[in-house]
Amino acid sequence: MDRYAEQRLFGFLARASAALIVAVLLLVVGVTIFRGGRVFLTDPAVAITPPGSRYMLDGGGGFLHAVLGSLFIVVPATVVATTLSLSTAVFLQSDYSSERTSDVINMFLNVLWGTPPIVYGVFVLTVIIAVGAQTSLIFGIVAIAIFQYPIMTRYADEALQSAPDAVKEASYGLGATRFETARVTIRAALPGIIAGVIMGFARGIGDAATVLFTAGRSTQMPGGPFEPATTLPILIFEQAASFNAEVRSHAYAASFVLIVAVLALIIASKLLAGRYARFAPGGRQ
Amino acid sequence: MDTTTDSGSNAQADRPERLDRRLLIERLSSYWLIGAGLFAVALFALIVLTLVQQSIPIVSEHSLLEMLTSSNWDPASEEFGYLPAIVGTIYVTVLSMAMGTPIAILAAIYIAEYAEGRMKVIVSSFIDVLAAIPSVIFGLVGLIVVVPFVGDYLAPALGTHSIGLGIVTVSLVMAIIVTPFMISLTVESLEALPDELREASLGVGATKWETIRSVLLRAAGPGIFSAILLGFGRVFGATIVPAMLIGGQTAIPESPFDAGETLPSLIVNDFGELMSIPLTQSALIFVGLLLLVIVWLFNFGAMLVRRRLQRRWQY
Amino acid sequence: MTHDTVIRTDDLEVTYTGKREVTALNGVSVDFSENKLTAIIGPSGCGKSTLLKSLNRLHEIQPNAEITGEVYLEDDPVYETDEPLPEIRRRVGYVPQKPTPLPVSIYNNVAYGPKIHGDYSREELDDIVETQLRKVNLWSEVEDRLDSPGAELSTGQIQRLCLARSLAAEPDVLLCDEVTSALDPISAEQVEETLADLKEEYTIVMVTHSMEQAKRLADDVIFLYLGDVIETNDARTFFENPQNERTQEFVEGHAAVEYDDGDDTAPDSTADAPPAE
Repeated sequence: MDRYAEQRLFGFLARASAALIVAVLLLVVGVTIFRGGRVFLTDPAVAITPPGSRYMLDGGGGFLHAVLGSLFIVVPATVVATTLSLSTAVFLQSDYSSERTSDVINMFLNVLWGTPPIVYGVFVLTVIIAVGAQTSLIFGIVAIAIFQYPIMTRYADEALQSAPDAVKEASYGLGATRFETARVTIRAALPGIIAGVIMGFARGIGDAATVLFTAGRSTQMPGGPFEPATTLPILIFEQAASFNAEVRSHAYAASFVLIVAVLALIIASKLLAGRYARFAPGGRQ
Repeated sequence: MDTTTDSGSNAQADRPERLDRRLLIERLSSYWLIGAGLFAVALFALIVLTLVQQSIPIVSEHSLLEMLTSSNWDPASEEFGYLPAIVGTIYVTVLSMAMGTPIAILAAIYIAEYAEGRMKVIVSSFIDVLAAIPSVIFGLVGLIVVVPFVGDYLAPALGTHSIGLGIVTVSLVMAIIVTPFMISLTVESLEALPDELREASLGVGATKWETIRSVLLRAAGPGIFSAILLGFGRVFGATIVPAMLIGGQTAIPESPFDAGETLPSLIVNDFGELMSIPLTQSALIFVGLLLLVIVWLFNFGAMLVRRRLQRRWQY
Repeated sequence: MTHDTVIRTDDLEVTYTGKREVTALNGVSVDFSENKLTAIIGPSGCGKSTLLKSLNRLHEIQPNAEITGEVYLEDDPVYETDEPLPEIRRRVGYVPQKPTPLPVSIYNNVAYGPKIHGDYSREELDDIVETQLRKVNLWSEVEDRLDSPGAELSTGQIQRLCLARSLAAEPDVLLCDEVTSALDPISAEQVEETLADLKEEYTIVMVTHSMEQAKRLADDVIFLYLGDVIETNDARTFFENPQNERTQEFVEGHAAVEYDDGDDTAPDSTADAPPAE
């Protein structure tokens, strides 16, 4: 029976593809954890030690500068991007803009969403050159915030749209203004918005292409908003193929830190979304 | 909401004042929100204008056609031929999509149509995790695992030679990076289909696979198509992995096992050193503009084709 | 029942496990006679659709459906069998409640079943498509646009197209799940006329919530209440001289007030009244 053989074949292929992808994930996480973990076993303080003076040559010291650089860049960037993207998402709802307007804005957001991060990096660098500044932490923040903005707007917009209309109607029915109603809607959509913020943070902390030319690639502790800084992804990028085994091992350790951070963020996003689900009508049984 | 619920007789006197304040907040906030809505457009316009303006020097000095078709890339002697990078980009994009797409669609079919209960939850959260892993980590694992695999096993097995770094290596890693995105979007569009479609097809005696192949994949076609184009855009604009694994060779690759360069990796590899030469700077910014324009065309084309498919394959 | 039985259930019990366990059918044994239209009626959520879908195991696409008992299709078991499931479903065709065209042309909607089940030449397929579309009185409306998407027809036309699609697979039994409930009155009437024509040639099992429709179309009626069969009878006896008290209430309640969805509160629930046979 030919058609049943075909059915079995493709059923098998579908299962095999899913298994392959799960296996690849386990391989990637496994290799990262294993290689990075080994470095931490021999030198547990590597992530909280400032770099030595000839860091790129001999890997003396640790990579605290990159850990701090990542935090100092991505945390403020996420705050900025959250404010902007939540505002844009509120504007996209029917209370503030016509369908036509939000269609047009959505079109631009989609283009931004699909824009390769390197373009943002080049853009911010061009601005830096144009204003005659030097690459530094503050421009890293700008670049990451621009990169996060369309991603987080999409999450926020989806979350707001999925908030039940009844919430809005109830609020307007009490005589609330648009802004007051928006605040209620945001509360109802909070699980989705928080999940979006965390995912935006995770994307921001993992991206290298945007900050490569904008944050300044420093091998010293971050000195201030107008001093060059580096981040974990940049460090991994620069040191992964180094000829010095010690320098290379820092890249492994840094990717261990990065992957643990990203996994923790995903779990946090799921947990928090569940916790805040009680604000969403019908969100949790 | 706390400002609206006040009631009772003592509110009589201060109500106008309170209302005024609320209306003022309403007006100010709406200015801010309109501004935020326009920000998306303004940001896009600013990026395009800046890149165009900074690309003018190179475009006015060299003919566009010549740059796109010349294979001589030597910024030091003011030769800007993008062809090697363009060929490399096409190679990488086509190879990774050819490897990633079928696996992504099959895996999505498994999750949406075959998996049940716990298994479904587990596999989909694995896919979510895979999608969230930073690409620089894939680059690192590529260096540790894929480079020796290609250099020591795959290339010799296929009767050719490779240093490990090169187009095939990048394509393999990019295929892994791009599948989770395509999977989640494909699963979404399959799960959005009404059960009546499945019932209608099974109800005339189609097998599950026949239902998937001739009904579900078609009905979800516009969504799957978007997923694939999104994948294209991602591979195409990927920067870090090509920069780490492609070997940085600005010559037209003779075989996929050769080292090469993609447009984004060209920016990374040449920007640092040559930033001081204005013309090179302009040439690299022009690459950024090129990427933006092509992604824009992708989006626009995707929208058109999607509409067509939606009309043709409606249910 | 005087006619030959084509399909019958034997102590069929269906339970949806999951967050909340729901027993949809409580050991149902009913017969469906050849070339008759049997209507399954009863209030919403009483297991009508489940009974219908269990006849060709279509409820199995929902996870967590557990079933005991057996269905016999011309004495072949439907559950305990080596026959492939798609072949059973070909013999027992199904038309969904919501008019659902497949995402292909009008022509290919009808040709879908035949293309799967046999090797037909283009001419033979043309023939089949025309025959089936004529059977459902759709041919004259679509003959000049067979290549346009099925979804571009009106909902009433789509529902007749769905009938033609099911018929083209040459089923022994046709299951219709409230096929007129999503239609406007005029389209519904057209579909009813089609069904009235078809029941001369086919064994049709139809779920309906409209007592009037059952009166107009049905030869036999099965009254289902909370997973139990309360009464099965030929339509005339059922409506004019119901044997069971609850049937009486249900029929009269509907005669007095025509409500669209069965109202669960209407009859009092002493759910274990024996099926009258």
